[in-house]
Amino acid sequence: MDTKGGHGGEPRPYTAAELMVAVAAREINDGDVVFVGMRLPLLGFQLAKQAHAPNAVGVFELGIVRDAPAPEPIFTMGDLPNLHRATWLADTGDVMGLLQQGLVDVSFIGGAQVDRFGNLNTSYIGGLDQIETRLPGSGGACDLASLARRHIIIMAHEKRRFVPKVDYITSPGYGDGAGWRERAGLPRGGPSTVITTLAILRFDPETREMILSSVHPGATVEDVMAHTGWPLKVAASVAETSAPTEDELLILRRFDPQGFWTGA
Amino acid sequence: MSDSKLMTLAEAVSRFVPDGGAVVAGTALESFIPFAAGHEIIRQRKRDLTLVGPISDILFDQLIGAGCVRKVRAAWVGNVITGSGYNFRRAVESGAIEVEDHSNLTLALALRAAAMGVPFMPARTALGSDLFKTNASLKTMTCPFTGDTLTAVAAIAPDVAIVHVQRADEHGNAHAWGNLGVTREACLASRRIIITAEEIVSHEVTTSDPNRVVTPGFRVSAVAHAPWGAHPSPVPGHYNRDHQMFLDYQEESQTPEAFARWQARWVDGVRSSEDYLARLGEERVAGLRLKHHAPAETVDYGY
Repeated sequence: MDTKGGHGGEPRPYTAAELMVAVAAREINDGDVVFVGMRLPLLGFQLAKQAHAPNAVGVFELGIVRDAPAPEPIFTMGDLPNLHRATWLADTGDVMGLLQQGLVDVSFIGGAQVDRFGNLNTSYIGGLDQIETRLPGSGGACDLASLARRHIIIMAHEKRRFVPKVDYITSPGYGDGAGWRERAGLPRGGPSTVITTLAILRFDPETREMILSSVHPGATVEDVMAHTGWPLKVAASVAETSAPTEDELLILRRFDPQGFWTGA
Repeated sequence: MSDSKLMTLAEAVSRFVPDGGAVVAGTALESFIPFAAGHEIIRQRKRDLTLVGPISDILFDQLIGAGCVRKVRAAWVGNVITGSGYNFRRAVESGAIEVEDHSNLTLALALRAAAMGVPFMPARTALGSDLFKTNASLKTMTCPFTGDTLTAVAAIAPDVAIVHVQRADEHGNAHAWGNLGVTREACLASRRIIITAEEIVSHEVTTSDPNRVVTPGFRVSAVAHAPWGAHPSPVPGHYNRDHQMFLDYQEESQTPEAFARWQARWVDGVRSSEDYLARLGEERVAGLRLKHHAPAETVDYGY
């Protein structure tokens, strides 16, 4: 663990991944039931629990519910420390039932490809007739995107990933716009936020289209536009994303001491 | 009392994993993955299998790379800690295997439908997604009671479930603790069940705590003693996840040639579980053992 403290007013350096985790953690409200995904969201949940949401409850698709961070740094949600003093060890069907009933407030999903309405593709690049790249698939992502009260997308901001229309909808966002989820029969939800390496984006409550909401320190609106594959809508006033605080970084580096997930 | 079902892993795989059969494995998702049994399937050169499971981690990728597989019915195939499974990628991109794309919930419900003896289970997931385009086991339906649009998930009844546990008796009563994923549904859904266990224990041990029995022993076909049989995945109470093995596998499976070397070293050349552990080395094995034990309070089933 990095224990170096006070930099005499010099802002402490942090990585893009650390900023993304801090932003993800801030999306968790105290008391939320959080369906925690792999990688960065795993850290985001741990950070939120310690920083500002002590009453958040974590639900993991493997069949784990816990109300405290794991006692040791973990790499995957199946690591044994994540089972230690869990509040419930159960079956995937049980935790998916919680989700399907509408009892999960927020979930996190990564993606390879996202489009202007927040549909995610983690299955096939290039479409089904001409498969260029086969990706691992849904896992629980389609279920989270379908059934959580809201979900948050975390991914790298690159033009090849931010496309006008995804090649395959693994995890539904807002389809082709307003009313699509309702027509499809989805009971609730939809993406609320996209956290990228450059910015935070949200969705227009009327049109359901993605809108640039805030740019990370060091990035500009122009950078974000240049790395987005469609003419991105921009909010009337674009904020600058708050950098991770000293406290957030201290906690984060305790959970990821070697920077495995959040290193440069 | 039934006869003993205890046999070697080689005999269990030889007798109960038929060429062309459907095998459900990796049912606890990230833990208890039956790698020893999977590697035995590879050594016996089983062919044209249909693999069924939620995420499988790298087990399905290995079976695909070894040429054992014709079809995959799964939610996710890859390497949890690194992402892509390269054998899976190559096989799908070249058209060598067929894929039925599930989500974790639809896969769980497909097995639960078979476990319940019904043709399908309804769900609210995946509506509007393209899973319907690459999974003929999913259809939309109208609820006969509410009129809601629902997803109907067709039952999957595998030929055999392969399940790794902490301990089992010779009659097939298996104790598992931890998060069990879709293990219970998978056992009940399958025609046959192979249990691989860290420890073989007496019937007195398993019946002392019947809540912990995964599936009724009379449904089990084979019990095989397989210490470290889930390595590199973790087994609660026994050993931690061997992250390095998963990280190394990324490179070791990146090309068909690299994977052939991996298979020769870690599967084909392995003569026994002792030999496998020797290949891992004492230091590595020691590093994976539990550092902190946390036994539960006992419970009383008295009368």
